[in-house]
Parts: sequence; C-alpha cells; structure tokens
Amino acid sequence: MQANFLRRLIFDEKSRSLLIQTLVIGLFASLIYLIAQQTAYNLEKRGISSGFDFLHVAAGYDISIRLIPFTSEDTHLRAYFVGLLNTLMIAVCGCFLATIIGFLVGVIRLSSNWLFRNIAYVYVEFTRNVPVLVQIILYYSILLHLPKIKQAIVLFDNFYLTNRGLYSPQPIFKDGFSIVIWSLVIAIAISFFLKRFLKNKQESTGKQYPIFLINSAIIIFTPIIFYYIMGMPLEFDSPVLKGFNFKGGMVIRPEFLGMLFGLSIYTAAFISETVRSGIISVSKGQREASQALGLKSNLIMRLIIIPQALRVIIPPLTSQYLNLTKNSSLGIAIGYADLVHGFGGISLNQTGRAIEIMLIVMLTYLTISLTISFFMNIYNKSVQFKGNA
Amino acid sequence: MSTSAIQNISHNKYYNWLFRNLFSSWVNTLLTIIALIFIYQVGSFCLNWAIFAADFRYNFQGELITDRGLCSKNIMPGEYGACWAIIYARWDQFMYGLYPIEEAWRVNLVYALLPLAIIGILFDKIPFRKYFIYFTFVYPFLAYFMLYGGPGLSVVGTNKWGGLLVTLFLGVTGIGLAFPLSILLALGRRSKMPIIKSLCVVFIEFIRGVPLITLLFTANVMLPLFLPDGVNPDNLLRALVAVTLFQSAYMAEAIRGGLQAIPRGQVEAAQSLGLSYWQTTRKIVLPQALKIAIPPIVNTCIGLFKDTSLVLIIGLFDLLGIGRAALADMTWTKLYYEVYVFISLVFFIFCFGMSRYSLYLEKKLKTDNI
Repeated sequence: MQANFLRRLIFDEKSRSLLIQTLVIGLFASLIYLIAQQTAYNLEKRGISSGFDFLHVAAGYDISIRLIPFTSEDTHLRAYFVGLLNTLMIAVCGCFLATIIGFLVGVIRLSSNWLFRNIAYVYVEFTRNVPVLVQIILYYSILLHLPKIKQAIVLFDNFYLTNRGLYSPQPIFKDGFSIVIWSLVIAIAISFFLKRFLKNKQESTGKQYPIFLINSAIIIFTPIIFYYIMGMPLEFDSPVLKGFNFKGGMVIRPEFLGMLFGLSIYTAAFISETVRSGIISVSKGQREASQALGLKSNLIMRLIIIPQALRVIIPPLTSQYLNLTKNSSLGIAIGYADLVHGFGGISLNQTGRAIEIMLIVMLTYLTISLTISFFMNIYNKSVQFKGNA
Repeated sequence: MSTSAIQNISHNKYYNWLFRNLFSSWVNTLLTIIALIFIYQVGSFCLNWAIFAADFRYNFQGELITDRGLCSKNIMPGEYGACWAIIYARWDQFMYGLYPIEEAWRVNLVYALLPLAIIGILFDKIPFRKYFIYFTFVYPFLAYFMLYGGPGLSVVGTNKWGGLLVTLFLGVTGIGLAFPLSILLALGRRSKMPIIKSLCVVFIEFIRGVPLITLLFTANVMLPLFLPDGVNPDNLLRALVAVTLFQSAYMAEAIRGGLQAIPRGQVEAAQSLGLSYWQTTRKIVLPQALKIAIPPIVNTCIGLFKDTSLVLIIGLFDLLGIGRAALADMTWTKLYYEVYVFISLVFFIFCFGMSRYSLYLEKKLKTDNI
C-alpha cells in the first residue's frame, strides 16, 4: 500500500505535478518568509522605520520642471504626481515625435532612390546600435553648450535657442477660447457621423463622395470661424531680452529637449524598421491587383497597402511605445525631473523608505505599461482581419 | 546572341543600375541631387572634424597635447577639428578603469581569450568545435581567476574595475547567466502546472513591465536589506543580479517564441516513443526551438549590451561612466563631443557586429531545413 502510494507520486502524472507544485510553492513561500524576516530585522537594526506615512510629509526640495504648482513645502505625494506627470509628458511627446520620424524614415527606406534609401539606412544603423543613454547625454551636452542668452540663436523671429533652453512665445487664452475648443470637438464628432452616413450611402448607391475633403474642411474651418466670432481670444506673449534674462514667454528646458531628442531619435530607428517590414509584408499582388482595377497610387496606398501593413506594424509598435516609456526613466542621468529622479531619487534619499518608494515606482510603471498595452490591443483588434482570415 | 551584344549588355549594366536607382524620373533626379548635396555637406564636415582637421596626439604646432588648452581649436580661432588627445590620455581608464596598470596584462589576456570562448557557440562548422565548446565552459572560471585574482595573483577588487571591462563583464556574464535561467522560465511559462506557470508569467511580465533602472536601484538599495549580516555583495555584483534577472525575462520570451514554433507532432512522437518530459525537452524540443530562437535571442543580447550603460546611474564606472569622469576633470572638460563619439563608436562596433551575426543566422536558417 505504502509503496503503491510512493509509486503513484513518481509515475502518475497528476499526482506528480501536484507534488512538484506543492514543493515549489512551499519553497517559494519559505523564501519570501525568510527574506521578509531578514529585512524586518535589518530595518530594525539600522533604525529605518517603515510605512507610507512619509507621503504626507513636506518634501523639502524643489522641482524645476513641473506641470502643476509645486514648492518645497508640498508633500512627497505631490512630488510623486509632479514626477508622474513629467514622465507621462515626455512619454507622450516622445511617442508622438518618434512615430512621425519613424514612419518618415521607414517610407524613405523603401524609396526608389538608392541614395535616399541608404541615408535612411545609415541613420537607422547608427542610432539603434548606440545606447539611448549615450545619445540622451550627447544631445543634452550639445544643448548645454549652445550660445549664452545674450547671443541666443533666433528662430522664426520669436523663438530663442540658448544654453538654458528654448524660449518661445506663450499662448495666453482669454475668455471665450474654450468655446473654440468645444467647436473643434463638435466638428470632429460631426465629421465622424458624416463619414459613417456617407459611407453607408456610398455602399447603397455606389456614388462616391469626397469624404476626406469634406471632413477636413469641417474640422479645419469650424474652429477658425468660431475663433473670429469670439473676437480672437488667443494672444502670444513673446519673450523679450531684458538685462541678463528673457522676460515673458515660456522656456522649454534643455533637460526636456535632450530627453525628447534622445528618446524619439532612438526609438524612431526601431519604428522605421517595423514600418518598413510592415509595408514589405503586403504582397506585391495586392498592389498589382489594385493597379489593374485602375486605382490611383495614393488610393492604393490609403485603401490597400496601409490597412494591411498596419496589421503587421501595430504589435511591434506597441512594444516600442512601451520601451520609450520605460526609457523615459533615464531622465535621472541628465536631471530631467521624472518619476525616478524626483520621487524615486530625492524623496528616497530624504526619507530612506527604499522599499515603499521602489514599490510605488515599479507599480506605477507596471500600470502605465499595462494601460498602453491594453489600449493598443483594442486598436490592434480593430485593424486585424475580421471574420475568417 | 552575338558577342558584341553581350558586351553591350554588360556595358549597359552600370548605366541601367544608375538609371533605375537614381534618375528614373525627374523627381528621382531631383532627390538624387538633394541627397548628393546633403552627403557632401555632412560627410565633408564629419570627415574634416574627425580626421583631417583633428588633433590626435599632437597639435598643429607639433606639441604633445596634455590638456585641452593645447588643442588646436583652443589655440587657433579658425580650427574646429576634434581633439582626440583625451582618448589617448584616458585610454587605460577606458579599457580597464582603475585596474592597476602593472596588472593590466591580465585584463588583456581575458579580452584576447573572449573570442576563442564564444566562437564555438557562434559558428557550428569550425574545425575542433568540440574543444572550443569545452573552452567556453572553462573560460568563466579562468576569467574570474585572472580578473579578480587568487593564489599566485594579487587580488584586484571589483571597485577598481571600470570602463570596457565593466561593460563587457556585465554584458557577457549577464547573458551567460541569464541563458539557463531563461530556458527554465520559458519552459515554466508553457508548463501545464498552473502554479509554476503563473509564477513564471508573473515574474516575466513584472520584469518586462518596469524599467531596468528601477531594478538596478532595487538591487543596489534593497539587496543588502534582504540578506543576512556579513553577506554584502559589492556594487558590481548587485548590478549583475539586476541585469541577469532583467535579461532572463526578455530572453525567456524569445525562447518561448521558438518553443511555440515546434509542431505538437514532435512532442507527441517523442512521447509515443516513451521519452520522459525532460528527455523530450532536452533531446527533441529545445535543440529545435533554440535554433529558431537564436536571432531574437541575439536581439535581446544587443539590447542588454546597450543597457549596461545604465549602471553609471548607480555609480559604477562603465565605459560611459569613465567618459563622464574624464569630462569632469578640469584638464579635459568640454571635449564632450570627442568622448561621446568615441563611446558611441565602441558600442556601435559591438552592437552592429551582433546584429550582422543575427542577420547571417537568419539567412542561414532560411536555407537550412530545421
């Protein structure tokens, strides 16, 4: 009987897997227990208290780049939100710029012109084989060694490029500008429904409508008309050199620009490769068939090639967006006040709550990552084959 | 076809190529001209800056450059060329960090033996491959002994290691340690046992969801808290733990892709022959899966090699850290272009080499029957 039981444990698949899993979970639990025990002991020995009460203590440091007001009397919790917003800001701007550059370079890499093709190739190879951190630091150093404020490089009359950042006019929204924004939102909604309506009509009658043109006109002209109706409620406050510094306007810091250039130039190289392989993946027959049907080349691109290429492009594009967001944590190397630099760095040093703070930072990044994958998965589903492929 | 016609065709080959690739339409011709101007401008500037107008060891007056004040561009107003003297002056640090220079031959020996250690893994049709593979397994112990010291060799603490040594150490050791771990993780993720599977999934997705820098911070700050008294890993080892865990999660995903590509029939056939799970895995599944997974694995290795530069943030002096330290020195400050271009070039050589190797493998796999 006893021997039979042991035999079953080793040779019967179900009992064996139960045994293995019990052992694994036991080992894992005891490991966690040992580490927790040891950590508690170490913390006590070093006199480090634990808990999340530090979040409501005054941070005591200043953050130069911020989207919401912050002073050194504000709490660590607020410092967390300032950092989070900065991380999200650089991630969104970086993804946006990287996508534009990436698509452009990806298309150029398929150009029929040999020289253009190879210039793009050299760009891709040189940027993706050099660590993003080296690039960020290099671009940041270049930005820091731009001319001083007195000898600022003037761009388009109102922009001043200096070693302290890019000084640019600041938009000032007066009363009534919100109406212009709302008119834009409504115009987009209208054009969305109009597109559906005209598409249905086209499918039932066969008559073609210039949907794209009509909708662009609606989206562009509605806000412009409302802008003039409301009496032009937008002004720009241009920076003016007074003494040693600029008065008025706003400044985009070199830390932000360095991060933006580094992240987007690096990621764009990878995006361009996914775009290229996506377009190549659409078989030649598709293009030839649409040519045989008499479609114009821009229509072939818009209706045949791009929808099919997107299917291949979206999944790797998602992981590039995730990489960019994670790489935005490198801001600490040049002093860009993101989540890791402010909350994960200075707050950690001041409070000594390493475990709590690293836990919060990691969970935040996990949440951001999962959110991006979630939305990109929804978008991915909408571009995939419908029905039987 | 007559001989003259054939000659005509071969003569026209270049013309046809030029026409097709550069001048097929007037738009294309315009693009070609723009590209030529661009290449001329950028190319001539880069070449002049890096080579023709640059100082190497001596400035234009023939003096040995010992600080940045002696660079031609800091003497003559019109000069703009690079001043590579900083690289010469800091060469030892870039290569070995603060490793005692009279012991540097040990590092050089380890560098020199590295190609021999990996050639057996990279190429499968070299003579005496068996012996190269044996050497691959001996190499880590030999390298550790040579670098760290032991009986007969003076001990050089890891706090003295730096530059390329740290970069390569973290890259190669991280990849080497992560490989077996990642196979286990990938197998675990495809396991039928729910607890093992979920543990692997949580580990992989957690590591892939957070930036490496947070893992490095965690290892740096928290590892000493987790461990009993007396066990206090040094900074390099802490970074190595973080890098290995990070790499194993990414590599596991690459290997899982290979595992998924193996048809079920292979496993079923092996099982019907009476092979156990480990026999099936070791003799049937893994050899095929790893072969398919090598290109993506190499890609994760390129990523890791670049990511080793992050250790500068936790205070290790890798290649980039040494570069920044050189720029912080008052004698050489402001020569940041030279330093960062040099570092970029070193990384580029390694990463580009790896990506070429990955391409070569992909081509080879396409013709091979797996």
